[in-house]
Amino acid sequence: MTPDVEAVVASAFRDEWARVLAALIRTTGDWDLAEECAQEAFAQALVKWRRSGVPRKPGAWLTTTARNRAVDGLRRTRTGVSKLEELALLFPPEGTGAFEDSGITDDRLRLIFTCCHPALSFEARVALTLRALSGLTTGEIARAFLVPEATMAQRLVRAKRKIRNAHIPYRVPPGHLLPERTSAILFVVYLLFNEGYSATAGDDLIRVGLSEEAIRLARLIAELMPDEPEVLGLLALLLLTDARRLARVDTRGDLVPLEEQDRSLWDQDQIAEGRRLLEAALRRRQPGPYQVQAAISACHDAAGDAASTDWVEIAALYGELLKMVRSPVIELNHAVAVSMAQGPEKGLRAIDVIVARGELEGHHLLHATRADLLRRLGRNDEAAASYCRALLSATNGPERRYLARRLAEATSAR
Amino acid sequence: MKYMLMICTDESGLEALSPEEGAAVLAEYGAFWEEMTGRGVLVGGERLRPTSDATSVRVREGETLTFDGPFAETKEQVGGYYLVDCKDLDEAIEIAAKIPGARLGTIEVRPIWPM
Repeated sequence: MTPDVEAVVASAFRDEWARVLAALIRTTGDWDLAEECAQEAFAQALVKWRRSGVPRKPGAWLTTTARNRAVDGLRRTRTGVSKLEELALLFPPEGTGAFEDSGITDDRLRLIFTCCHPALSFEARVALTLRALSGLTTGEIARAFLVPEATMAQRLVRAKRKIRNAHIPYRVPPGHLLPERTSAILFVVYLLFNEGYSATAGDDLIRVGLSEEAIRLARLIAELMPDEPEVLGLLALLLLTDARRLARVDTRGDLVPLEEQDRSLWDQDQIAEGRRLLEAALRRRQPGPYQVQAAISACHDAAGDAASTDWVEIAALYGELLKMVRSPVIELNHAVAVSMAQGPEKGLRAIDVIVARGELEGHHLLHATRADLLRRLGRNDEAAASYCRALLSATNGPERRYLARRLAEATSAR
Repeated sequence: MKYMLMICTDESGLEALSPEEGAAVLAEYGAFWEEMTGRGVLVGGERLRPTSDATSVRVREGETLTFDGPFAETKEQVGGYYLVDCKDLDEAIEIAAKIPGARLGTIEVRPIWPM
């Protein structure tokens, strides 16, 4: 007999939730019913598996149980009966593949594309993805985004209503829409990761969990779309960045800048995996922003110590990235790389171009970076002034402590 | 699945067009109409007179109140609409993007509520 059915069900939940839900949404066309029945199937598993052992294929057991429940539920109502008849016509038995637009069959892929449909608000896309694909509860998502649970519940209800009423199709988009829609799902995962990563040092562990969730999602998408270089590029980027997580904060929870990190804490296995993925992506010769960012991250990861970082290469990569995506934040990072490759003077000039345009005014990193360069040039008065401005707009606790420490140093060096 | 595609543009922008430009826009709408009729998705559609010709009507406590002008003063106004019957929202979006007004203003895509 299985000693710990609860653990088995919990692990089945992690592995199978999205698959069960995705299949159910396809067969019933009803998100709420699908969610309800999927939940009930997992609840039943707890009881039944304890009594009669864990089935050989837990995923198949769960899907069948949930589907039977859905059919029972639909049979009980008059509208349900006509819906069942309609569904029998719409969805022929699995395996016929009559509805494949892009030749990809996994229901979870349909689910991801629908959750990240551009007709939904961005917040709704993120929430739906976490609920449907990751299986997070409404309460967990609400806490991760620091909103009341009722607000998050409302957001999910509204999103599902729009999917139903506006007939957002439950499918993998056809070829001509695929690039645009794929970048929409990658963007959701990317932002999810950043939400979690920027909170790494924050006070909330639930937010940190978002990074892990993002990596899981990126893995899933890479498994489902193994031929898309940008999909592999994103997964590589997340792994190569996350590999430094442990070194990013010190024992007091303070942020440690890259140059001061204890590199022995970097996760070398994860770096190796990220590099393999990046190489596989680059071999396809269709470069994109995620691949370039992954390459930048790989450059950092490859340096045994801060001094041996290949800043010339990194500056060149940021230059490439700027050609693909015009963004003042990337311009700022480019300026930092230039300052490392060619000296703070050159970097400062690049930053002052951004300042002159009035962009990123409220962004603490602009002022913090400018302050760091001024400090390196020995212009401590100006550095102190810039640290002050950075402090005014920084909100994250550890980042604020870092800036306050630098401000004190610059002030005493005057 | 039916959708109303509402063409929301800045009326003053349209008034500023020269006769030639105006004719060119009309020709584009003609081509759109032809294409969508050929595809069999068009149920109907009309151009509306500007909001300066609009009258807004409300009934309050049994009394009919009429106002000169549109129901809301906005920069862009509904200047016309198409009613289409197509597969799903993706197709409705694709059709909306082909309306010439999409390049100047906004097309609001609203699913029809079947009653």
